[in-house]
Amino acid sequence: MSVLELKDISGGYGEADILHGVTLTIGEGEIVVVIGPNGAGKSTAMKAVFGLLRLSGGTITLAGEDITGMDPARVVRKGVCYVPQTNNVFSTLTVQENLEMGAYIREDNFKPRIQEIYEMFPPLAEKRKQRAGELSGGQRQMVAMGKALMVEPKILLLDEPTAGLSPIYRKEIFDTVRQINATGIPILMVEQNAKQSLAVADRGYILVDGRNRTQGKGSDLLQDPEIAEMFLGG
Amino acid sequence: MEFINFYLLPGIVLGSIYALGAIGVSLVFGILRFANFAHGELMLIGAYITYSLFQFTGLHPLAVLPLAMVLTSFIALGIDHTFYKPFRNSKTTIVIVASFGIALMARSAVQIIWGVDTFSYSSGRIEMPIVLFGGLRIFMKHVWIVSCSIGLMLCIHTILSYTRIGKAMRAMSDSAELARLTGIETEKVVRATWILGASLAAAAGVFLGLDSHLHSMMGFYMLLPMFAAAILGGIGQPYGAMVGGLVVGLAEELSSYPWLGDSPLLPPAYKAGVAFALMVLMLLWRPSGLFRGRVF
Amino acid sequence: MDAAQAYGYMLYLVSLITIGGIYALMCLGLNIQWGFTGLFNAGIAGFFAIGAYVSAILTTDGSPFHLGGFGLPVAFGLVGAMVVTAVVAWLVGLLCIRLRSDYLAIATIGIGEIFRLILKNEIWATNGARGIAKIPLPFETLAEPWNKIGFMLLVLAIVVAFYFLIERARLAPWGRLMTAIRENEHAARAAGKNVERFRVEAFICGSVLMGLAGGLTAHYIKFIGPGATEPLTTTFLVWVMLIVGGSGNNRGAILGAFMMWTIWSFSEVLTSRLPEELAIKAAYFRIFLIGLLLQVVLQRYAGGILPERRLVSVTNKK
Repeated sequence: MSVLELKDISGGYGEADILHGVTLTIGEGEIVVVIGPNGAGKSTAMKAVFGLLRLSGGTITLAGEDITGMDPARVVRKGVCYVPQTNNVFSTLTVQENLEMGAYIREDNFKPRIQEIYEMFPPLAEKRKQRAGELSGGQRQMVAMGKALMVEPKILLLDEPTAGLSPIYRKEIFDTVRQINATGIPILMVEQNAKQSLAVADRGYILVDGRNRTQGKGSDLLQDPEIAEMFLGG
Repeated sequence: MEFINFYLLPGIVLGSIYALGAIGVSLVFGILRFANFAHGELMLIGAYITYSLFQFTGLHPLAVLPLAMVLTSFIALGIDHTFYKPFRNSKTTIVIVASFGIALMARSAVQIIWGVDTFSYSSGRIEMPIVLFGGLRIFMKHVWIVSCSIGLMLCIHTILSYTRIGKAMRAMSDSAELARLTGIETEKVVRATWILGASLAAAAGVFLGLDSHLHSMMGFYMLLPMFAAAILGGIGQPYGAMVGGLVVGLAEELSSYPWLGDSPLLPPAYKAGVAFALMVLMLLWRPSGLFRGRVF
Repeated sequence: MDAAQAYGYMLYLVSLITIGGIYALMCLGLNIQWGFTGLFNAGIAGFFAIGAYVSAILTTDGSPFHLGGFGLPVAFGLVGAMVVTAVVAWLVGLLCIRLRSDYLAIATIGIGEIFRLILKNEIWATNGARGIAKIPLPFETLAEPWNKIGFMLLVLAIVVAFYFLIERARLAPWGRLMTAIRENEHAARAAGKNVERFRVEAFICGSVLMGLAGGLTAHYIKFIGPGATEPLTTTFLVWVMLIVGGSGNNRGAILGAFMMWTIWSFSEVLTSRLPEELAIKAAYFRIFLIGLLLQVVLQRYAGGILPERRLVSVTNKK
C-alpha cells in the first residue's frame, strides 16, 4: 500500500489553478523525485499536502486516511514532515533549539533523538549553540532536515533541498537523503538537479504545466532520450 | 551629584518601566505581526486594577500586583478573542485600525469605572529619600521599581530561553509559517504572548503609578516611548526592547540636563518628543534596530 | 412649538450641518490618504490644529498675547492654513513616508503629539493654554441667523467643490496609480513609478484638507486653544466616519461624516440632560460605543455603507 497518495489534484493560490489533475504516489521505503521545468507546479503539489493551497479537486491520502485540506499542524502530527525550499529554519534560534522545535509535537523524551541527529550530521554537533541563521547554506539545509527528522516521520517531503548549493554540498545532501531513506523513511523530493536526483531516486515523476507528463523508474528516466534532452542537458 | 539624583536615576527608573512595556509591544509585534496601539491601555488597566485591589485589601500595591497581572492577562485574552482573532488572516492594517479603536474603548471604560481624577498609591504620604555618601538621594520606591523590573526581566529571559512555549514564541516570531509547518499550535503561542505582554504591561503601569500617580491618559503617553524602545531594540527582540527602554528613558531625562551652559539642552516640556525623534532616526538609519530584529 | 423654539432648532440644524461639513472635509482628506493610498494617519488632529492656528494668527487683529495682528481677510487665513499645512505635511512626508503602515501610524501619532507640545509651550506665538480669541467670522456684518447660514453655505460649497475635485483626481491616472500603490506597491515600483513621490503627494493633499477644516473651525467658533479639541477624539471620530461611511469612496466619506456627526451630536444633547455626575460618565460611554461601532463595522461590514467602487484595472482580468 502507498504511504502517501495525491490523486487527481487540481488547485492553486488565487483564482487560477496551477495544478490540473496531478497524481503522485509514494510507497513504503521509496525515494520519489518530482522534476519538471520552472512553473510546472512541482512545489505547489507538495504544498497541497499541507493544505497550503486552495484545492479545486482531488484527494490526498496518508496510509489510507483522507487528509485532504487538513490544517498543517495536524498533518505534522500525522507524521508528515516538510522541509520548504527557503525559510526552512528558525534563523534566530540556535541549532539545538531548532531541533527541539522540530520535536515540538513529541510529548516523550526526545534527547536521544537529538544525539542521533548529531551523529547523522556531525557538523551540526559542533555548532549546536550557534544561531541557525549564521550557518552556511548547506549546514542550514542539514538543520532543516534534522529538524524535520526529530519526529521520526512516516514520510519526509523535501522541496528542492539542493537549490543554491555548491556541487560539493549537493552531493552531500543527496548522500544524506539516501542515508535517511536507509532508516526506512520514504521520501518525496522536488528537484531541479534532475540528473543527480534521479540517480538516487527509486521512481521519478515529470510534471509539465501542472500535469503529469511521464513517470517511471529513476534509472529508466535517466536513459530516456526525450527527457535527457528536456532536462538533463548539462 | 545633582546630575545623578535628578537626571540619571530618574532616567534609569523610567527606562525600566519603558522596557517592561516595550517587551510586550515587541513580542506582540513579532508574533501577531501588528503594532498594538492598545498596549498602553493594558498598562492603564493593570494600574487601575491594582489601585482597586490596594484600596480593597489595604496591602501594598506590589503585594497585589501578581493578582492584577493575572486579571489584566484575562482582559487581554478576552480582547484578543473578541476583537483581534477575527482578523488573524487579514491585512495587518485592519488590525491596527481595530487596535486604535480598542485603545479608545479601553480608556473610556477606565474613565467610566474609575473616573478621570488622579489617584495615588501613597495616599498622601510623601516619601523622603535616603541620603548616601553625603548627597546621593535614593528613594525606596525607586529601588523597588528597578529591582522588581530586573526580576521580571529575568523571568522573561528564563521563559523565552528555557521553556518549550518560550522557545515556540521565539520560533513563531521568527517565522509564523514555518512554525505552523512544524506543528506548533500557533493559537497557544498567541495566548502565551498576550499573557506575558499583559502581565508586564500591568507591572509597568503599577511602577509608573508608584513613581508618580495614576491618571487615565497615562497609557497613551506611554505608547510612543514604548514603541520607540521596541523599534530601537529591533522588533521581535525582547532583549533589544529591554536595552531600548533604558536608552529611551535615559535619553528623555538627560535631554533636559544643562549640557551646554546653564539652561536645559531641551526644555523639559519637550521631553516626550525625544522618544519620537529617536524612533524616527532609528527607522531611517537602521529599521532592523540595534539588535537586528525583523524588518517588515 | 413656538417661534423661539423653532428658531433654536433651526440654529442647531445649521451648526450641525456646518460642523458636519467640516468633518466631511477631514474625512475626504483621510480618504485620499487611507482610502486611496493606504497611508495610515493617526495625527489628523495635529494637522487640524496647525490649520486652525495659522488661520487664527493671520486674521486676528494685533494682540500682546500671541503672534499675529495681521488682520487679513478670512480667505487669506484659510489659504494660509492650507499652505502651511502643506509645507508641514511635505516635511513629515519626506521623513516618514517610506515607513511601513504600522510605523507610519506610530510616527503620525508622535507628530500629532509634538504639534500639541509646540502649540502648548510656544506661548509667544500661540498664547499657550489660553489660546487665541476674537477670531473673525466671515459674514460677520450680516444679522444673526444669516451670518451662520452664510458660513454653513460656505462650508458646504467648499465640501462640494473638493468632492468634485477629488472625484476627478480619483478617476484620473493619478488616482488609479494611488490605488495601484495601495494594492501592490512592488508592482507599482516595478512599473517604474516613483512610489515615494506619489505617497508624499497623497499625504500632502489629505493633510491640506485637514488644515482647511482646522481653519474653518477656528473661524466658526472664533476661538482656538490646545484644549479646544481633544486630539484623540477628533482623530478617532474622523477614522470612524470614514470606515463607517465607506473607505475609498468619496461619497461614503461625506455620508459617514454627516451621519456620525449627527449621532455624536444628538447623543451629546441627550446625555447633557443627565445629572452632572452621570453626564461626565456618559461622555466616555459615548466614546466606548463609537469604538464598539467601529469594531462591528470592521468585522461585519468591512466596506462600510458605501463601499469602494473598484475601477476595473488592466491587471485584474486577462
